[in-house]
Amino acid sequence: MPLEALSISTAGAFGSELMPPAESLLSLGLYVAMAVGLIAFLLIACRLIGQKTHSKFKDQPYESGIDPTGPAQPGRPVPFYLVAIFFIVFDVEVVFISTWAVAYDLLGWSGFLQILFFIVILFLGLVYLWAEGALDWSPSRQRHSATKEGR
Amino acid sequence: MNDLLLTGLLMLIKLGMILAVLLTMAAYLVLAERKLLARMQRRYGPNRVGFGGMLQPLADLIKLLTKEDFLPAQADKWLFLLAPGLAAVTALLAFAVVPFAPPLELFGRQLPMVVCDLNVGILYFFGLSSLAVYGVALGGWASNSKYALLGALRAMGQMLSYELAMGLSIVPVILMARSFSLTEIVQAQASLPFALTNPLAFGIFFIAALAESKRTPFDLPEAENELVAGFHTEYSGMRFGLFFVGEYLNLVVLGAIITSLFLGGWHGPLLPPIIWFLGKVLAVAFVFIWIRGTLPRLRYDQLMAFGWKALLPLALVNLLATGGILLWLGGAS
Repeated sequence: MPLEALSISTAGAFGSELMPPAESLLSLGLYVAMAVGLIAFLLIACRLIGQKTHSKFKDQPYESGIDPTGPAQPGRPVPFYLVAIFFIVFDVEVVFISTWAVAYDLLGWSGFLQILFFIVILFLGLVYLWAEGALDWSPSRQRHSATKEGR
Repeated sequence: MNDLLLTGLLMLIKLGMILAVLLTMAAYLVLAERKLLARMQRRYGPNRVGFGGMLQPLADLIKLLTKEDFLPAQADKWLFLLAPGLAAVTALLAFAVVPFAPPLELFGRQLPMVVCDLNVGILYFFGLSSLAVYGVALGGWASNSKYALLGALRAMGQMLSYELAMGLSIVPVILMARSFSLTEIVQAQASLPFALTNPLAFGIFFIAALAESKRTPFDLPEAENELVAGFHTEYSGMRFGLFFVGEYLNLVVLGAIITSLFLGGWHGPLLPPIIWFLGKVLAVAFVFIWIRGTLPRLRYDQLMAFGWKALLPLALVNLLATGGILLWLGGAS
C-alpha cells in the first residue's frame, strides 16, 4: 500500500499529528487540479467561441458615452492605503489571538491576562486611529479636521 | 493494487460529485434569486425556458459562452483575462475544508465526506477569502476604465475591513471547539449549535459574510446607479459569467461555512445528515436573498464606520468575554 508508506515517511517523531494524512492531501490536490482545470477550460473556451469585431469606438472603455480623458490608473487615493495598513496590523492580531484560542484552557488565567494585555494595546491603537479621524470617510469631516490643523 | 485503485476511484467520484453539486447549486441560486426577488416585487421572474423557467441557467450558460469576449483597448491583457478565473477558483477551493456529512462506510473503508479535513481549516478558509480580493481588485484595475477602478478600490477597502470582524468573530468558535478543523467544530455542536450559545459572534459573522460577498446592503463595489457595474463594467461573455458564478459560489460557500461554524453543520434529528446540511445552506442563502429584497444600500462612509467602529470593537469584547466565561466555567487555575 504505497499510500500508507507515504504517510509513514512524512510522519516524523515530532509533529506527526500536525501533518494531515497523505490520502487527504492527495484528495485536496486532485480537487485543486479539477477546479483549476474546469475554470481554465471555461476561460479558454470563451476566448475561442464567439465572434470578435473591433472598431475604434467599441474598444474604448465605457464611460457613459463620453470620450475617456486621462488614464484610468492614476495615483490611488490615500484612505485606501490606510485601510490596507490597518488591515495588516489587525489581521496579524487575529492570527495571534487564534493561536491563544486553540490552547486557552492549557494556558489558564495567566494566558488570558497576557492576551488581554495584547488586545488592550491593540484596542488603544484602534482608539487612537478613531480619535485621529483615520476611520472617518465622509468628506466633510476630513475637510474639517484639515482646516482645524491648518493644512 | 486493486485496493489502491478502488480508493482512487471513490475519491474521484466524490470530488466530481462535489464540484457538480457546487456548480449546479450556484447556477440554480441565480435562478432562485431572480425568482424570489421577482416575487418580492410582485413580478413573475424568468418563466419561459423549460418548465417555469427551470432551464434558465442552462440557457444562460450557452449564451454567455457564445457571446463575444471583449478586451478593451489599453487593458492589461493577461490580468484582464485571468482575473475572473481567480475570482471563481478561490470560491471553489474554499469549499474544500467544509464537511457536509459524517464519514461514510463504503466497501469496508471510511470515506470522509469532506475534500480535505485540514487541521488548520479555518485559516485555509481565511487565506482563500483574502485571495478572493485579488480577483476583484485585479479585474477592476486591469480594465483601464474609471468605473471599474472605483469599484475595485471600494471592493478592496470593504472586503479587507470586514475580514477583520469576520476573523475576530470566529475566535469564540475556536475557543468553544478548541480546534481549527471544521469537522471537529461541527462535532462540538452535536448537542447545541454555537449560534445559540454565542449569538453575538453569529450576528457579527453573518453581517461580515454579507459584506464579504459584496451583497446588498454592502454592494457598493458594483453600485449600478453610480458605477455602471463596478469592477466588472468592461467584462462580457463567460468572463463576466465567471465573476457572476463566483459570486454565487461564494454565497454557497459562505452559507456552508456559516452552517458548519454556527448552525451545527450536518447535525439534526430524523432526516439524513446531508439533507440537514443542504437545507441549512439553502436557508442561509434564502436569508441573504431576502435581505437583498428588503434593505437599501449603505453609503461608503457608513459602511466603513460600521465595520471599524461597531463590529471590530464588539468582536474583540465578545471574544474576551467568551474566553473569560469559558475559563471561569472550566475552573482553570
